[in-house]
Amino acid sequence: MKVLFFAQLRELLDCDSAELNIDLPASVSDVREALMAQFPDHAELLHSGKALVAVNQELMNNDQAIITATDEVAFFPPVTGG
Amino acid sequence: MNYIRVQEADFDINAEYQAMREDNRDDGAIVFFVGQVREMNQGSQVTGLYLEHYPAMTEKSLQSIAEQARQRWPALNRIRLIHRVGQLHISDQIVFVAVSSSHREAAFDACHFIMDYLKNRAPFWKKETLKQGERWVEALQKDQDALDKW
Repeated sequence: MKVLFFAQLRELLDCDSAELNIDLPASVSDVREALMAQFPDHAELLHSGKALVAVNQELMNNDQAIITATDEVAFFPPVTGG
Repeated sequence: MNYIRVQEADFDINAEYQAMREDNRDDGAIVFFVGQVREMNQGSQVTGLYLEHYPAMTEKSLQSIAEQARQRWPALNRIRLIHRVGQLHISDQIVFVAVSSSHREAAFDACHFIMDYLKNRAPFWKKETLKQGERWVEALQKDQDALDKW
């Protein structure tokens, strides 16, 4: 599955998206773990307290949502607009 | 009606305010907020600000915040939200939030609510240019705490 990145996360991981090897459906929590395994040097930044997640452009309040193959998933730092 | 725009260009407060008033006989109150780029932030002198966003999500997120405000304050009539993206400079306008209502209480509260939610939920990120280089703005605990009052 493909995961999108934004802002400093995109810069630190040095890519705006990544392809993860994970069997779907899977929970956001599983996706987060797979992401941390793929980017071990930046695992700290991908923790639930550090990186927010949006599924189909909707911000998730926790990591329980189930992701299927057609979902768009994005990880990014806490937002700072306004 | 929710009117939402995300754009690089500046906006004209007078035109936006007139749009809130035009053919509007129902509302006795219009409240608006404008956010602009500040020169000093977290102890450093800022020379420029770049706003990144998540294009597919931005408008959807702002619509959702406007709808949440409507559920809380059913008296709200017009909601107008404009947020700029891209390269900005000191004193540039960043964001415009206007709400109208029959009476002032709902308009004051809803404008405040929308800004507090936008700060915590809408996918925008600021990168500051300083004399010493660049840095991403860190999200502040006080912005998160601001949601507790709602």
